[in-house]
Amino acid sequence: MIRAFSALLARDLKLAARVGGSGALSLVFFLMIVVLVPFALGPDLNLLSRIGPAILWLAAVLATLIGLDRLFQSDEEDGSLDLMTGAALPLELVVLAKVLAAWLTTGLPLALASPLFGLLVALSPKAMGATALTLALGTPALAFIGAVGAALTATIRRGGLILAIVVLPLMIPTLIFGVSAAESALGGTVPFTTPLTVLTALSLIAAVVGTLAAAAALRWSE
Amino acid sequence: MVTGRNGAGKSTLLTMLAGRLKPDGGSIRAEGIGEASLPECLHVIGHRDGLKSALTAEENLGFARDLLGNPAAHPKAALEALGLPHVARLPVGYLSAGQRRRVALARLLVCRRPLWLLDEPTAALDLASQGVLAGLMKHHRSEGGLVIAATHQALGLEDARELRIEPSPPPSRPDEALQAEEWL
Repeated sequence: MIRAFSALLARDLKLAARVGGSGALSLVFFLMIVVLVPFALGPDLNLLSRIGPAILWLAAVLATLIGLDRLFQSDEEDGSLDLMTGAALPLELVVLAKVLAAWLTTGLPLALASPLFGLLVALSPKAMGATALTLALGTPALAFIGAVGAALTATIRRGGLILAIVVLPLMIPTLIFGVSAAESALGGTVPFTTPLTVLTALSLIAAVVGTLAAAAALRWSE
Repeated sequence: MVTGRNGAGKSTLLTMLAGRLKPDGGSIRAEGIGEASLPECLHVIGHRDGLKSALTAEENLGFARDLLGNPAAHPKAALEALGLPHVARLPVGYLSAGQRRRVALARLLVCRRPLWLLDEPTAALDLASQGVLAGLMKHHRSEGGLVIAATHQALGLEDARELRIEPSPPPSRPDEALQAEEWL
């Protein structure tokens, strides 16, 4: 079972690298949003550094959506999902392996690149570190919530828009606690760890609920 | 062998056996497979071949072997048996339809499973490859394996039993016509 799990994980990572697809693309999309905001707001450095963490988080949420619609759809279309029903691996673990691979190729690079992109919105070094940490802890929640939507829309052609509408409201709690954790690192009455703990809890809950729900959605759509 | 006209329900039957569709009524049972569930005992080769275009033939087969468990032949050996040793390192996306089908059929060899479900296995295959496939099925049966194939052509199998699916009668009965009118 572990062998099948790691084979699936390795295959998805290999596919992401080979097709050169969503991983690099969502990173570029992330960069685009962060670049556009200063143009829209004007060169007010104080304002930018104050709302910087929020911009980075918002960009991360939107960038997660890139390529999300293909997460299960590509496997559904070419019959790979049929292949996986024949494996001894439960569908829940199939989902877990695929989401893990998706997070490693989109969420984690976003978190790692965020300090660099934070320069564009005039973040202080401390805020850069805090934002990167909150993104690293919070993007798993985004990935797992997204997986539920991706599983629901797996059989719908051009389901990308529906997917965004289904998934974005569910990401609001993660967004709230991610941004408030990043901002509380800059000072304020709330200690840094309080929202950070809630954010981590959200990721863990999303990992469990999201995996079960996505697997149920895939079974139901058969 | 499962035969019948287009749309008669051959593929649906195979999909149901593979566990991807649930029957409206009745149940599917297999005897003598012990603890394992039916989908874990069978290979499915259908229209959707489950191959990733971006991966090479060898990687696709290696993945199938690790995923399905109970490994039998090395991917390279399986490709050789299907007469495709030269495409092992080519991404599957570059292959022709027939070659692609043969790579999918090579999956039958990389894992050992007693039941083969083949949905029009000869589609896109040339005559020589059809012969190879017939040989594979014969060998599989001689080892006690079972093959269920939906097909329009003779597969070169001896003493195969045939299930002919007749199309359901057109909805000409009065009550059904009435229902249809209500829908309008």
